[in-house]
Amino acid sequence: MRFAHRHLLGIEHLSQSDITAILDLAETYVDLNRQSTKRSDVLSGLTQINMFFENSTRTQASFEIAGKRLGADVMNMAMQASSIKKGETLIDTAMTLNAMHPDLLVVRHPHSGAVDLLAQKVNCAVLNAGDGKHEHPTQALLDALTIRRAKGRLHRLNIAICGDVAHSRVARSNLILLGKMENRIRLIGPPTLVPGHFADFGAEVYDDMNEGLKDVDVVMMLRLQKERMDGGFIPSEREYYHRYGLDAAKLALAKPDAIVMHPGPMNRGVEIDGTLADDINRSVIQDQVEMGVAVRMAAMELLARNLREAA
Amino acid sequence: MTNLIFTNARLIDPETGTDSPGWLRVTNGRIAARGEGDAPTTEAKAIDCDGKCLAPGIVDIGVKVCEPGERHKESYKTAGLAAAAGGVTTIVTRPDTTPAIDTPESLEFVTRRAQSDSPVNVLPMAALTKGRDGREMTEIGFLQDAGAVAFTDCDHVVLNTKVFSRALTYARSCGALVIAHPQEPTLSSGAAATSGKFATLRGLPAVSPMAERMGLDRDIALLEMTGAKYHADQITTARALPALERAKRNGLGITAGTSVHHLTLNELDVADYRTFFKVKPPLRSEDDRLAVIEAVQSGLIDTISSMHTPQDEESKRLPFEEAASGAVALETLLPAVLRLYHAGYLDLPTLFRAMALNPAKRLGLDSGRLSQGAPADLVLFDPDVPFVLDRFSLKSKSQNTPFDGQRMQGKVTATYVAGQEVYRRA
Repeated sequence: MRFAHRHLLGIEHLSQSDITAILDLAETYVDLNRQSTKRSDVLSGLTQINMFFENSTRTQASFEIAGKRLGADVMNMAMQASSIKKGETLIDTAMTLNAMHPDLLVVRHPHSGAVDLLAQKVNCAVLNAGDGKHEHPTQALLDALTIRRAKGRLHRLNIAICGDVAHSRVARSNLILLGKMENRIRLIGPPTLVPGHFADFGAEVYDDMNEGLKDVDVVMMLRLQKERMDGGFIPSEREYYHRYGLDAAKLALAKPDAIVMHPGPMNRGVEIDGTLADDINRSVIQDQVEMGVAVRMAAMELLARNLREAA
Repeated sequence: MTNLIFTNARLIDPETGTDSPGWLRVTNGRIAARGEGDAPTTEAKAIDCDGKCLAPGIVDIGVKVCEPGERHKESYKTAGLAAAAGGVTTIVTRPDTTPAIDTPESLEFVTRRAQSDSPVNVLPMAALTKGRDGREMTEIGFLQDAGAVAFTDCDHVVLNTKVFSRALTYARSCGALVIAHPQEPTLSSGAAATSGKFATLRGLPAVSPMAERMGLDRDIALLEMTGAKYHADQITTARALPALERAKRNGLGITAGTSVHHLTLNELDVADYRTFFKVKPPLRSEDDRLAVIEAVQSGLIDTISSMHTPQDEESKRLPFEEAASGAVALETLLPAVLRLYHAGYLDLPTLFRAMALNPAKRLGLDSGRLSQGAPADLVLFDPDVPFVLDRFSLKSKSQNTPFDGQRMQGKVTATYVAGQEVYRRA
């Protein structure tokens, strides 16, 4: 299988078969990751740099483990503490790193489009680990793998994405991916957090969660991104929880076998009831974390194949 | 003063709305006579126009020259050369420099620099409030005496309505023109795009086009209150047009402009975060663009300007949200608006009504027309010659144009200021 992309910048550029290829390869890594010896050498000799211009523990750890299990030399750069503070521009930082000949660059940045910009300036493969409110492709892929394993398919499902859609790159990438795979998507949240423009993408927009959750197969909750808010999107956390927090009563409106997802980190008692999040019969939140490592291994392997061919 | 006679020309006259073959004679820097058919024999130096268009030179309201403060982006010399190459014979400069032009002394500096360095006419505007920070009005009377032709805080909206109403009232007593940026700034703060499907897809902070109408509505109410002379710098949305139309019908002293970029580009041109397409206000939807073209056609929107805003490479080589706004356009103004002519939206007299006659009238100038006695500020251009724009060929110090690499049609052959040739295409 040939993966015809130099970078993984967003789901927007991927075809159905690209997505399926990544997920199929990721399945093999799920198996590998469950063995006691979790080593492969497909990235051996390659250098992977994780550049996070925005705080991240989970995603950065996931990319780091993925790279290390594939034998890459992995380096983490906490960009918040680094040259940005000294006034260096993004492009200069990129050019500096480029001169060190990395092979894979994993980038997270607080501004939409920043990772695209950086990818234009470097010679290596770039993986977008989240740019502003734009895309977070590996998150959407790991969500897709989780759904496919739990539901046995990744098409013709009713999927609800709930909460702070406006500020969420996870929501955008998922909306694009799940749309490409021919699912019906509902977006649920107060209109301040789910603007009407999302209806233009073929999603159904609900501001009543009880109505929106009826008969869905998958309930995907989003983090209420408090740090992104200028203020005034919702009246209070408790009113938000009352109207849009997922609890057993609201979940009962979905299909009896509906699964509950959350990209983490969770605000228990704000967007999701703590007990429900821990319910192993409904919640696949821990599976999402596991699939994350596998999907990132798969994505990096596919990009690395191209690098080796080009070399 | 040399005397000239342009023969074999296609005369574009925005006053009469005509586009017809003829000749035009210039004596002592002013238009002396014109006519149809064969030119009369005279001793004046003859310029055979070879059927090309001869139109009044463009009067461009709202040009940013980066002196003082950021001379590396644009100087009076380079802006003047760019203007001459673009057929712009009068640039009306913005006071949003560093520091702002808000005292007679700083205005005199600008006037001196302009006189010594620029081959085209330069008319400076001054800030409406000190430091453009919307608190205290500037010395409008002294600034007028020093040569300020209009007063504007540029893209800073005077937030405090009381301050703005007093400034408008005072300006009226001086007969001064106030130019404002209609925008509700608390709604548009932080925005880099116009809200809609495109901004949503790209994850860009966006503002509703309604912010423009809200700003305009407030300003119109203040005009009713104060009776001031007012010009909206850029009307770019369909939603703002009915309010403008009503205000004009009610006899308020209001005119409005728009920018070449909002007439020729839309939000989708931003594509993959191309920062050269980041302008203020942000590019709008195609529906808005078409509505604005129609408003220029009907005369509801009076003027078209370049909103020439030089930015250096560093301020554009950033993520879209962080990148500076603005585009250079003195040289691309004419070829870009000619797209509207070639596409059949607007004829040439209408374009020059908006680019030369109306801005001149609004500022009380006698240029911008081809009538007898008007200054011989003229542009000779071939509307058909095709080319691909290379931004590094521009004469501006900054080359941040959204038209880089694009096919254009129409080039300036020569530009005259008071009968003197200031540019001729090699």
